[in-house]
Amino acid sequence: MITLLLSSTGFFGFLSLFLVGALGSLLCMRRDALANYVGNSFAALGSLGALVFSFVALTSGRAPTFTLPAALPWLNFSIHIDPLSAFFMMVISLISVFCSIYALGYVRHFYGTYNIGSLGFFFNVFIASTLLVASAHNALLFLIVWELMALSSFFLVIYEHKQKENVEAGYLYFIMTHTGTAFILMSFLLLFRATGSFDFDTIRASGAMISPLMASLIFVSALIGFGIKTGIIPLHIWLPSAHPAAPSHVSAVMSGVMIKTGIYMLVRIGFDLLPHTQLWWGFLVITLGAVSSIFGVLYALAEHDIKRLLAYHSIENIGIIFLGLGSALVFAALNQPTLALLGLVAALFHTLNHAIFKALLFLAGGAAVGQVHTRNIERYGGLIRFMPVTALCFLIGAMAISGLPPFNGFFSEWLTFQALFVGAALSLPTKMLFVVAIAALAYTGGLAAACFVKAFGAIFLARPRSEAVSHAVEATFPMQFAMAMLASLTVIVGFCAGKISLMLAGVATSMQALSGAALPGHFILAEVSVREGFATLSMPAVLAVLLMALGAIGLLTAILSRKQCVTTGPTWDCGTALTPRMEITATGFSHSIIVVLRSVLRPTRQSAVEYHDAALRYFPKSRSVHFATPDVFLALYRPISRGMTRLSADVRRIQNGNVNAYILYIALTLLILLFILAW
Amino acid sequence: MHITLLWILQIVFIPALSPFAIGLTRLIKAKFQNRKGASPLQPYRDLWKLFHKDEVVSEDASWIFAFAPYVVFGVTLAIGAMIPLVSTVLVTGLAGDFLVIVYLVALGTFWLALAGMDTGSAFGGFGSSREMMVAAFTEGGLVLSLLTLVLLAGTTNLTGVAAAVAGLPFADVASVTLAGVAFVIAMLAETSRYPFDNPATHLELTMIHEAMILEYSGKRLALMEWAAANKYLIFISLGTTLFFPWGMAHTLGTGAIALSVAILLLKDALLCAAIATLESSIAKLRIFRLPDLLFTACILGLIAIGLIA
Repeated sequence: MITLLLSSTGFFGFLSLFLVGALGSLLCMRRDALANYVGNSFAALGSLGALVFSFVALTSGRAPTFTLPAALPWLNFSIHIDPLSAFFMMVISLISVFCSIYALGYVRHFYGTYNIGSLGFFFNVFIASTLLVASAHNALLFLIVWELMALSSFFLVIYEHKQKENVEAGYLYFIMTHTGTAFILMSFLLLFRATGSFDFDTIRASGAMISPLMASLIFVSALIGFGIKTGIIPLHIWLPSAHPAAPSHVSAVMSGVMIKTGIYMLVRIGFDLLPHTQLWWGFLVITLGAVSSIFGVLYALAEHDIKRLLAYHSIENIGIIFLGLGSALVFAALNQPTLALLGLVAALFHTLNHAIFKALLFLAGGAAVGQVHTRNIERYGGLIRFMPVTALCFLIGAMAISGLPPFNGFFSEWLTFQALFVGAALSLPTKMLFVVAIAALAYTGGLAAACFVKAFGAIFLARPRSEAVSHAVEATFPMQFAMAMLASLTVIVGFCAGKISLMLAGVATSMQALSGAALPGHFILAEVSVREGFATLSMPAVLAVLLMALGAIGLLTAILSRKQCVTTGPTWDCGTALTPRMEITATGFSHSIIVVLRSVLRPTRQSAVEYHDAALRYFPKSRSVHFATPDVFLALYRPISRGMTRLSADVRRIQNGNVNAYILYIALTLLILLFILAW
Repeated sequence: MHITLLWILQIVFIPALSPFAIGLTRLIKAKFQNRKGASPLQPYRDLWKLFHKDEVVSEDASWIFAFAPYVVFGVTLAIGAMIPLVSTVLVTGLAGDFLVIVYLVALGTFWLALAGMDTGSAFGGFGSSREMMVAAFTEGGLVLSLLTLVLLAGTTNLTGVAAAVAGLPFADVASVTLAGVAFVIAMLAETSRYPFDNPATHLELTMIHEAMILEYSGKRLALMEWAAANKYLIFISLGTTLFFPWGMAHTLGTGAIALSVAILLLKDALLCAAIATLESSIAKLRIFRLPDLLFTACILGLIAIGLIA
């Protein structure tokens, strides 16, 4: 049974479900409802199949391998699902199962305005290609499915093409992702030059042929190329505009798992394919991680578009993953595979956790946006009364992403801290980098909590600040189901953290650089103990202590105040009529933090006053303050874009429409080629 | 002494004595202001009174408002059971990790701030905003100051740290002192004391903690006030057991435990007196000066760790 499942039949079985979903929804595109059901239920089925496949592959310890020959030299359809691939496939399919189920309900509000058939087509292609990215074992095949993933997600980003900013976001994404592909191509070509092969197995086996300098070159170009996909600062500029532009269930897949394919390849290249791990690779990755986590969360705080806010939090969490990854690289370079394993397990665990809670938050946020029809959280308020289930799910996601116990986010942040603590005990210059990273991670946790108090408070609490909120109704059943499942996963994964760490250690030790290493300390369900009792933590105990404390206090108040009654009354209004305008807004909430950090964030502020008597200016009619925090990293790109524009203008000069000139160019090119050949 | 009894002592210590710590601090402050001051037992009477009063809940409030006091209080109860108090015997690997405590504190703050926003009052919202700003900027200093001790002690379990700090060589005194200063700054911020917040005010321009709980009454107000008192005593006890760890019992003998309780009470009372003196001698800082102080705590923590050989 397992053999059949893990054969190419099983693999192409679930892939063909996506194909049926893609073509089926295209065929049914005249009937919106039918296209929705066909597209999304086959996506859900295919993801479910992929989930079973990858889970069995991961737990059975087998690594399914199959190759289909292709007509081109070097390119073969080589699939090899080792534990790392299986783990990433599992994360991808786990999230896409629930996102597809959610889509069954969510897509309904596009009926009549957009083409449901093409949405289903691109969504199926997108999930299938993302799964293929994680399983391809040949660089050329990888590039093909990578492009397929980039293109299908590009079409999903510009799906709501009637809004101009979505198309602009799509173009930015298109340009950035292809810049990334260029760097990825370069790193693969360099690998080919050194080892003479595009096949990952051959490259791994011929690591001795790669010189240290070449390894560094490959690593840096891979870091840039895959860094663009992960959205690490300063390569993130496409992410906060592209993720919000896509429909919410697509944003959840993009933010939850697509950007993780970059992490997957960085792990693959850094720990599996490349020899000669250098210390500075780790330092670079840690620095990028610290900068991304801090700036990601700060820009999220400044944001009041709910989906952009969540997108900036993805940057923050990728930063946290990079902190674990970077410390693993440092320890690998120091020849400490046990400690490197700790860092890598932390990074992989946070990858899993972030996928779960970020998808949950995008789905819950999307449900709210679908009812209130705006992404601006200043126009929400009090939604908890109209959408209680969505509110609860968002709250659980918010606590998990803020790293609060007993949810899953806490455990992976704790494990990342442990990896960084090891570095804090090293000798001096190295130590300070780790200590600064620890401080960055601590501040990130605090700021993320502040940001989610802001987001949850502004969306769900207090009184409605717009008419649309009071017409909102609870999300439909498929949407509620998907959100509730993901919300319970945050608790379950947190509870089983010890077991899951062990499983991830199995994944990480399948990497060449870490083979044979064992996790430092012991990891069981009841207790996780790192480095011979240096740090112990029991997630079940934390949950139990919290529940017992809640129970005890509930009992105490029930006994002490058994005779007291509760009456409802208006909020204290200082004697004036209470209006929604008196509540704190999201901008107001985060204003103090932004003002404190104004020297780095450089917020802009424009105020305008309109007068009844323009000449005398005694009686103001209206005042407005426009407060914005533009992304300072955009400034890095301005010289590049100006240079490109100038270069294009210069290049245009050679295109003068004169046929004789073109013939001259051809002749010159031929001459130069001849000279080169003769040399 | 039986280990179960010792656990009961550990669990009830914080909630049972925290109102007294608040009362004592208030009394000392009253003496500084040349007032007679209320008895240190007054906070107990206030809590008793509040538990027996009817409650008014805002019509704009949701279940978050109703549930938050239980979470905020429950978190302090859980932390109180995890921190080192009278005996180093109670080392459990289950939940005494310093990051668990720091993040549980954050869980309480998260719910407190949500409750502040829930009623839609202008006070609550601004209180929450300021609280989250202070809490976010405190995190770095708090983690680094505790990490200094953790790295010196070689364990992240705070009870283990308390046991180890007493035996540290003199060479580490600079690190411990710097970490201690950083901890005091973080403590004042976390417990809403001067120069961060004024625990005695209801003036809207200055309050943080009081603004968030303005809409509470009856038993839920009692829980919120009691939780704040617990948090105060938790941080005081952490300060005394981690930075002055002498006097903790290492055995289960009744005499040793009794002595250690007496020493802990004395140390806590002295720290309360020190805080009362500090509050009586400095002015509250402007809200935008507070982050400077909190970043100072973080820098001190960085230096403290840098000094560890």
